[in-house]
Amino acid sequence: MARSKQLVPHIGRLSRSKVNARRGLHKGLKKSDAPAKSEPQAYKEVQVGGEKNSQTRLVPTQKAATFYPAEDIRQPKKSRKTPQPTRLRGSITPGTVLILLAGRFRGKRVVFLKQLASGLLLVTGPYAINGVPLRRVNQAYVIATSTKVDLGDFKLDEKVNDSYFAKPTVPRSRDAESEFFAEGKPKVKESYPEAKSSEQKVVDKVVIESVRRTENLGKYLKASWGLSKGQHPHQLVF
Amino acid sequence: MSKSPSTFTRFVEVGRVVLLKSGPCEGKVAVIVEIIDHRRAVIDGPTTGVPRQSFPYRHLTLTPFSVKTLPRGSRTGIVRKYVEKEGVIEKWNKSAWAQKLETTHRRRNINDFGRFSVQLMKKNRRDRVRRALAKQAKA
Repeated sequence: MARSKQLVPHIGRLSRSKVNARRGLHKGLKKSDAPAKSEPQAYKEVQVGGEKNSQTRLVPTQKAATFYPAEDIRQPKKSRKTPQPTRLRGSITPGTVLILLAGRFRGKRVVFLKQLASGLLLVTGPYAINGVPLRRVNQAYVIATSTKVDLGDFKLDEKVNDSYFAKPTVPRSRDAESEFFAEGKPKVKESYPEAKSSEQKVVDKVVIESVRRTENLGKYLKASWGLSKGQHPHQLVF
Repeated sequence: MSKSPSTFTRFVEVGRVVLLKSGPCEGKVAVIVEIIDHRRAVIDGPTTGVPRQSFPYRHLTLTPFSVKTLPRGSRTGIVRKYVEKEGVIEKWNKSAWAQKLETTHRRRNINDFGRFSVQLMKKNRRDRVRRALAKQAKA
């Protein structure tokens, strides 16, 4: 608590008596009714094994440091900042059409569903329209357009969260030989999990219904976005 | 000495409707209320959202419209009364000049979906024209 604002190093705005007056020291210091904190004992008794060693030994509770740095250098202060959840841009609300700028689906226009706990955005193509499935996307690689799809009261299933997108752990074969022989051969492709494709259909049903109500919106989501000559992103209105 | 007809038709005068070329009210229209000197005038646009202020001529464009009976140095309320009585702002909005400004503004500030829709419509029109032309060429 800065009781006296510093004007210049070692000179505060308030004089000593003024500081005391501000602190209310004439009222006396506060006394608390809490019992005095018991100091931990400096030494504790420890049992020691071995016949010829005395059975117990006094060992200090806090060990002295085994290492001291050669020079007393100023240590940087520890930061008290904690990582905060990523702030969602004001222009992005459920149902907003986003343009993906990077990744496998760059250039695609997708519908935003919600922001996940990790801060990533959950989007869907919808899959039937442009082939983009339920996917996580980073807010930084996205342009938010002012076009919105009305999702109404649609609430996504709680199970669609960050762990839903975690990669399944593949059991690694311990045999180096079989691994060596397996190299070069085409990997066995697993079919897309039924649960995920059904979840996709459930979500897309609502989105596609709403998209159908607006003229050309389906075509819009199907088409890719790109810059043409004379178009500059900082001059365009999205 | 006979006066030769002036080649100038738009004058800086009290009541002249002006288009603002720069500043926060760029593109808006106001009325000259008082002439300060050879550089500035007091303008006011109570119906168009231009606050009463002094404005240099170099950032103004004169329009062919004027509020003919506006008294010099009128306060904002009086300006509003005369502007509404003569309906100058409506005349300005109907003019080809104002409409061109409006379409340029709309084209520049179209959003991404709008741009896509325009592209579809142009494609549609192009297609129909080509089909009709091909039909004509065949016949």
